[in-house]
Amino acid sequence: MRLQRLQINGDRIEVAAPSHWTLLEVLRYRLGLTGSKQGCDKGDCGACTVLIDGKPVLACLTLSALCEEREITTIEGLLPAHLRSGGTGPDPVQDAFDRCGALQCGFCQPGMMLSARALLNENPAPSRAEIKDALAGNLCRCTGYTQIVQAVELVVAEAAGSEPEPPAWAPNANPWKNGCAKNGHEEPPARATDNGEGA
Amino acid sequence: MLRLPKFELENPTTVAEAVALLARHGDDAQVIAGGTDLVPNMKHELFTPDVVVSLAGIAELRGVCVRDDGTVCIGAMTTLDDVAASEPVRARALAVTQAAALIAGPQLRRMGTLGGNVMLDTRCQWYNQTHFWRQALGFCLKKDGTLCHVVEGGGKCVAAASNDTAPALMTVGAVLVFHGPDGPREVPIDDLWHPDGIYNKKVRGELLTEVRIPPRADDGTRLLGAYGKLRERGSIDFPLFGVAVRLDVDANDTIQDADLCSVALQARPVRLKKMAELLRGVTLGSDAFQDAVATCAAQAAKQCRPLANVPGDADYRHAMVPVYVRRTLLAAAAGSGPVHHI
Ligand SMILES: Cc1cc2nc3c(=O)[nH]c(=O)nc-3n(C[C@H](O)[C@H](O)[C@H](O)COP(=O)(O)OP(=O)(O)OC[C@H]3O[C@@H](n4cnc5c(N)ncnc54)[C@H](O)[C@@H]3O)c2cc1C
Ligand code: SF4
Ligand code: FES
Ligand code: FES
Repeated sequence: MRLQRLQINGDRIEVAAPSHWTLLEVLRYRLGLTGSKQGCDKGDCGACTVLIDGKPVLACLTLSALCEEREITTIEGLLPAHLRSGGTGPDPVQDAFDRCGALQCGFCQPGMMLSARALLNENPAPSRAEIKDALAGNLCRCTGYTQIVQAVELVVAEAAGSEPEPPAWAPNANPWKNGCAKNGHEEPPARATDNGEGA
Repeated sequence: MLRLPKFELENPTTVAEAVALLARHGDDAQVIAGGTDLVPNMKHELFTPDVVVSLAGIAELRGVCVRDDGTVCIGAMTTLDDVAASEPVRARALAVTQAAALIAGPQLRRMGTLGGNVMLDTRCQWYNQTHFWRQALGFCLKKDGTLCHVVEGGGKCVAAASNDTAPALMTVGAVLVFHGPDGPREVPIDDLWHPDGIYNKKVRGELLTEVRIPPRADDGTRLLGAYGKLRERGSIDFPLFGVAVRLDVDANDTIQDADLCSVALQARPVRLKKMAELLRGVTLGSDAFQDAVATCAAQAAKQCRPLANVPGDADYRHAMVPVYVRRTLLAAAAGSGPVHHI
């Protein structure tokens, strides 16, 4: 057991943990930061991805005792960091994943969004191939990845003020254009129900 | 959930300190670089060292430099990502940068180091498993048991060398610098390997500090190279077969020398035989080149016998050997490598 001084999501934290604990164990079982997921626990899946000094790495293979003096960002830190840098609401990556339905069970999402955020910080206008490359270490067993890539493309397009490409499954009716109800975007069109009244 | 067994962590800041720690603790100590191989292996209880010596704090082990004589020196703790992006390494060992860029996934390439890749433990589908899994099946020779699940009645472990940079470094004659209690010494990478899957290196307990790519002969030839990698998923997996190619061509595009080395077959990376003889004197783009490439591919299929050591059907892997050898040779000639399926 030893005292570790960690810098997590902008906070300086002192935590006592054994030397053989991974960063993922310290985050989840000492600090209650359960946003970083424990998937395979051996480097295969990317669910435990966190940013260390801005770069996505795997918390399940990182010894927390070696993380002192490094800047750690977990999914819990994404929204506060966005607010600190003058933004409103969630990080645009979180917002776009939400609006695009880029998740089903959600287990891969924290890691996926951190990899996407790190990519966009480094390269604000990545190509589709660059997006796929950057997310290659984050496995998703649910979505089939299409909406995940679209979500990142939506962030890129909106930041550039250009119109996002319509998704392959709705080439003629671009759903991003109408936006969704969440986070200050337009309400979705009312849906007809069986009794003929709007939902 | 996989927990690490208990150990004490040492975090030296100089090579001398690290060497002293390794000497003091002997077999009870294990080096950790990026940890991307060692941590899963420790979680599987394949290694249970009392002391883990981290190299993360040793700044002198990171980075690439070029000496006055043209030697490219890569610090053992240089990440795979940095190796893949290094211009001096690319210029002198194209297959090495291509191999490094195809290892694992992005997070792992940022954590994993070149030193850790050279010193990687051999792999086998009956070995890289949890303690519970291995116990249920019956332990094998490499760890805790007395028999091999790959070769029936086999008395020798044939777990596969699975480090992608190893064959690529062999094609450019890399030299490894190890530090032990008696100081540094150089070991040509060809001399590192030992054909035993339990531990496939001749050096033990010493610190790998640098990988050197010696200067090229001043004979007016141009270096061409490529790496070809067969794997299950293009995004993350270890090689099911890997082949590195080096071609030295003169001003007329005639091949003066060639070297092909492969990995993920047996305990050590293997140099393919007779390749230089088949390719020397042949001019790129000619019909003779096409014929030589086809002969090399057929020869490689005869020499390479994939075993049921790593995942993937061994017959399928065997059928892919000539395909990958042919495509990687063509890619080296065209400058279009690496060769992989995604
Ligand atoms: C999901 C997954 C996929 C992977 N895919 C690939 C792949 O496709 N190809 C591939 O080649 N590898 C792959 N790897 C393995 C690994 O990520 C890389 O080989 C990496 O380069 C290992 O480097 P490291 O610094 O993390 O080594 P570590 O895990 O720190 O060390 C590996 C071994 O080398 C020893 N060692 C490390 N550095 C030194 C040194 N300087 N001197 C002496 N001994 C040393 C350690 O004691 C240990 O035994 C994969 C790993 C995972 C988890
Ligand atoms: S080849 Fe595989 S099964 Fe056989 S002894 Fe080696 S690790 Fe065990
Ligand atoms: S939990 Fe870390 S990679 Fe799967
Ligand atoms: S949404 Fe379930 S794993 Fe990606």
